[in-house]
Amino acid sequence: MASFSSDIRPIIGRGPSLVARSLFLGAVSIALMVADHRYGYLNSVRQTMSIVVYPIQWLVDLPSRVTHWTQDSFADRSRLRTENEALTSAMRDADLKLQTLAALTEENRRLRELNEAVGNVTDKRLIAGIMRVDLDPLRHRVLLNKGQIDGVFKGQAILDTHGIFGQVTQVGRFTSEAILISDPEHAIPVRVNRTGLRTIVEGTGSTGRLNLPFLTSEADIKVGDLLIASGLGGIFPSGYPVAEVTRVDRNPSETFATVEAKPMALLDRDYEVMLIWYQPAEVETFTGTGKKAAVPRPEKVRNPS
Amino acid sequence: MSQDRIGLARIIITSIIALLLTITPLPNALNAARPDWMLLLLLYWILNAPLHAGLFYAWVCGLVMDALVGTLLGEHALAFTLVAAVTHRFQFRMRILPILHQAAVVLLLVLLYHWLLYVISGMAGETVSSWLRWLPAVISALFWPVLVSVLDTVNRLSK
Repeated sequence: MASFSSDIRPIIGRGPSLVARSLFLGAVSIALMVADHRYGYLNSVRQTMSIVVYPIQWLVDLPSRVTHWTQDSFADRSRLRTENEALTSAMRDADLKLQTLAALTEENRRLRELNEAVGNVTDKRLIAGIMRVDLDPLRHRVLLNKGQIDGVFKGQAILDTHGIFGQVTQVGRFTSEAILISDPEHAIPVRVNRTGLRTIVEGTGSTGRLNLPFLTSEADIKVGDLLIASGLGGIFPSGYPVAEVTRVDRNPSETFATVEAKPMALLDRDYEVMLIWYQPAEVETFTGTGKKAAVPRPEKVRNPS
Repeated sequence: MSQDRIGLARIIITSIIALLLTITPLPNALNAARPDWMLLLLLYWILNAPLHAGLFYAWVCGLVMDALVGTLLGEHALAFTLVAAVTHRFQFRMRILPILHQAAVVLLLVLLYHWLLYVISGMAGETVSSWLRWLPAVISALFWPVLVSVLDTVNRLSK
């Protein structure tokens, strides 16, 4: 153990000095950060690093996967039966709705053709699991177990069965990082379903609450209104539900109303989410969504492979 | 030579354990109060094996943290390097302090670390200012005596 606790040689005075070394490493770190933040040069470095840390993430995620698997394998017969019945009835309901929807979709497509705007077509989707790994507690990010080898790309929209969940911010080789719509850095262009009014929904840092900062006091909006993605910005497919308005405060002395909404997606309870590929309509290429763009680092990759 | 290798292996293994603890899922309330395991370990090795745990080790640990937690590459690396430099500068004084005094100094160092992260992420335009940000520093200082006693015991047993 000679090298451990009995080392009394001065660190300073051997090789480059402490200050010189910290200045050098500090400069390298700052260069890295600038390259990463401003220019996004480091995608390949990030990819490599994501492979390096993947075993750690895999290991931490392992217990939850094992319990999930054992629950699935040893589920008792009665539970499976009730689950099956519930699913069958849900399926029947969904089928009924689909029948009317097919006609509506067709009608909608014809109308859109009249408008010379091509609707959003979801070409492909992929189920991704959320890894049970804690990232920074102050930011709303999750790690998905699908990465570059599955064709995931930066800026890809993520949905769950109830609505829009978030988008991909970093793509690793086997994993990718996603930002939730409730992250304070995230903003998504929406439309009020009842009136067609367009606005932007921002995250607040709390999973149950979103903020609509750009609605004037006279805006036609009320509690219970459904907010759907407008498709502006080209990230999210239009028409998918985002949130429901829960609070509207109009103060006549203020220009803007205080409007809050609750996300439709189960942001804090999801186990699996859906990554989608779609072709944004031509008319919806739109820049300058106001205060911030819909992507934290605006870089839109649209090729689906 | 082989002693050296054992020491290095021990540093690497404990670092991996610290990284695992950094991302282990906790209930939401506890998650905000998670001690900064990686930084505590770094401070421990700087005080106990300064020849192995130098600034470069700190920098590499920071870079791995960045990849693990998903921050800007270099953010944790810079904070780790600077805190490690300060610790190296004062290591002789810190090593002779009683454990509780040492914990107080560690509190200052961890606060410096969180302040650096706060400034860096603020400059990158993505910061969260809430008092919760400073909670891990206090918790980390409380965990310092525990970490030191555990690692000292491990070192003594496997001498």
